[in-house]
Amino acid sequence: MKIHIKGGRLIDPRSGVDAKKDVYIAAGRIVSIGDAPSGYTANRVIDATGLVVCPGLVDLAARLREPGFEYLATLESEMEAAIAGGITSLACPPDTDPPLDEPGLVEMLKHRAQNLNQARVYPVGALTQSLKGERLTEMAELVDAGCVAFSQADAPFADSLIFYHALQYAATFGFPVWLRPQDPALARHGVAHDGPVATRCGLQGVPVCAETVALSTMLILARETGARVHFARISSAEGVELVRRAKRDGLPVTCDIAIHHAHLTEMDIGYFDSNCRLDPPLRSQRDRDALRAGLADGTVDAACSDHTPVDDDGKHLPFAEAEPGATGLELLLPLTLKWAEESGTGLSAALARITSQPARVLDVDAGHLTPGHAADVCIFDAERPWRVTPDSLKSQGKNTPYIGHEVKGKVRHTLVDGQIVYETR
Amino acid sequence: MWLNPANPQLDKKGQLHHLLTLEGLPADILWQILDTAKTFVSTRVKKVPLLRGKSVFNVFFEPSTRTRTTFEIAAKRLSADVINLNVSVSSQSKGESLLDTVDNLSAMHADMFVVRHGESGAPHFIARHVAPDIHVINAGDGRHSHPTQGLLDMYTIRHYKKDFSSLRVAIVGDVLHSRVARSQIHAFTTLGCPEIRVIGPKTLLPAHVEQLGVHVYHDMRQGLKDVDVVTMLRLQNERMQGALLPSAQEFYKYYGLTQDKLALAKPDAIVLHPGPMNRGVEIDSSVADGKQSVILPQVTFGIAIRMAVMSIMAGNK
Repeated sequence: MKIHIKGGRLIDPRSGVDAKKDVYIAAGRIVSIGDAPSGYTANRVIDATGLVVCPGLVDLAARLREPGFEYLATLESEMEAAIAGGITSLACPPDTDPPLDEPGLVEMLKHRAQNLNQARVYPVGALTQSLKGERLTEMAELVDAGCVAFSQADAPFADSLIFYHALQYAATFGFPVWLRPQDPALARHGVAHDGPVATRCGLQGVPVCAETVALSTMLILARETGARVHFARISSAEGVELVRRAKRDGLPVTCDIAIHHAHLTEMDIGYFDSNCRLDPPLRSQRDRDALRAGLADGTVDAACSDHTPVDDDGKHLPFAEAEPGATGLELLLPLTLKWAEESGTGLSAALARITSQPARVLDVDAGHLTPGHAADVCIFDAERPWRVTPDSLKSQGKNTPYIGHEVKGKVRHTLVDGQIVYETR
Repeated sequence: MWLNPANPQLDKKGQLHHLLTLEGLPADILWQILDTAKTFVSTRVKKVPLLRGKSVFNVFFEPSTRTRTTFEIAAKRLSADVINLNVSVSSQSKGESLLDTVDNLSAMHADMFVVRHGESGAPHFIARHVAPDIHVINAGDGRHSHPTQGLLDMYTIRHYKKDFSSLRVAIVGDVLHSRVARSQIHAFTTLGCPEIRVIGPKTLLPAHVEQLGVHVYHDMRQGLKDVDVVTMLRLQNERMQGALLPSAQEFYKYYGLTQDKLALAKPDAIVLHPGPMNRGVEIDSSVADGKQSVILPQVTFGIAIRMAVMSIMAGNK
């Protein structure tokens, strides 16, 4: 299949190209950018006039809910949501049931995903068996099965020594470790940022020090063990500053934020809106502004969807009893564009945060458009508004703080391996 | 029923449809409730037909004797039919969701739900999901709000002090876990009280509490100086010793209201307590039973306040 993407504004953040250029695809790969190769006849021409053509998006955190939580979402529904959101590569955390702690499970997930022939799935393996924080998993075996990194999800370690050994062992092989910095004791029973809104609403707070205490420990252990550490879902100004300083000191750490944290604050909880029950919690305006600044100056390497499908039974509850999380795959692009517009960030720089930079964190060949490499492409209308409604979302998760909101940026075509996997008017 | 999204207690005429919190309630509604309660207190009638034919469901997800009883008495004096449901020991233990419970109770043609729940925000959640003609009254939710308690406290203070605009008030003890403290703070602010103090150890004060418009004191003697009104909060048994406080004895020594500490307040200062009291923990018996205590009048006025709230809501169509 030869596909000619014609007349679009080509943005490839990695190479810095931002120009009106055509893309020529054959046999799953990009064969040329700009001029047609000699003798090239397309089977299909995509008219991308007025549209942006960029690398397929790379999402560092998408819970697909398989195995174990198929009642909340299935691989089929969530993969469809991913490609509808322009996402062609995604990493899924190990907090499934059972957790992704043994090679058979990982192979099964990879296999199921490959059969769907949609987005590429990169499983993040469990750092410890059953995520209990007690015994290490067979990390090398898990990497052979397809894991790209290891994580403890939100589960605590039994003690600091086990944590230390887990980092040492991962560092032995150079495997990246993704950590969510949250001290379990300081965050215990917390459901909202420990600020004026939690005080007013009488909700148990999660103090910022739950993040910074954990981050400080993790930074010290990363330095000590030489492990490649990625911090997932930074939520506070102080957290961003700790990462900024560590990077300045030359520590090879990276971090991401959930894109909704670049927009929302604790104030959005309003009268106990359980759609704003998120983990990490929405914090103050000052924290939000620091996350945005970190995303702009490169301290924050990537924005992710932190996609977490929760059903109505999990959300139609008093705030503290509601399950945390929001659907996000289909909002990653619009919310990134919104951040770009509001912060005056150029489109190419903004797209880097959801393409080339997360690909660098993942250390996979994705997130760029280069002749000779796989044709994973997202073609979108940056100006087209649409309303977020349960019906407009392909994900089985319909709950998000953005339900009912109008957002801008609509994916028109998604290509994986040179195949059109998603297309809409 | 269209309810104001910025304040889901108010209908499109700005009238009270639900009573969920005192936060954001306009002063004229607070005065209306206080004035209406006053007519019930002064006429001393035992029964009026204002809620005849209406059913009031007391839906308590958390055990309570006093609050439930005063709501029951208030509803009966208004001639309503009262149904008491102790949900904590029935459907919830069978695994029924809160939403199902609410739907079922709505289907029984209630006119008013009086709700107590252990989770902050549960009455808001219920108010969002009930049939549009049902009124919801919050009888205490988690640490969030206990609006009728806040109102009866205001009634009591107004009864003894007449005017809020020159009062200095102090709220003492476990503010962190107290829905009464939050309700009082909002009411005081709306009614124009110029100085609100909260007094307690740092472990029992919520983060950024000063943003509610209060002055924070850790030294009770300083905090009580020249105040007109002292509200003592109940300290829950399970919090008397542990990570928040070392012991009830130490708490009593530093934050218990004794005669000598009360002497620092104005000579005519009054002492409130939402009950039930822990004598010898947050309050000394000689203060609780002393002449500055208005703890029993609070209970009496509580019935009038609840009658006022229910009759006003029933009149707002």
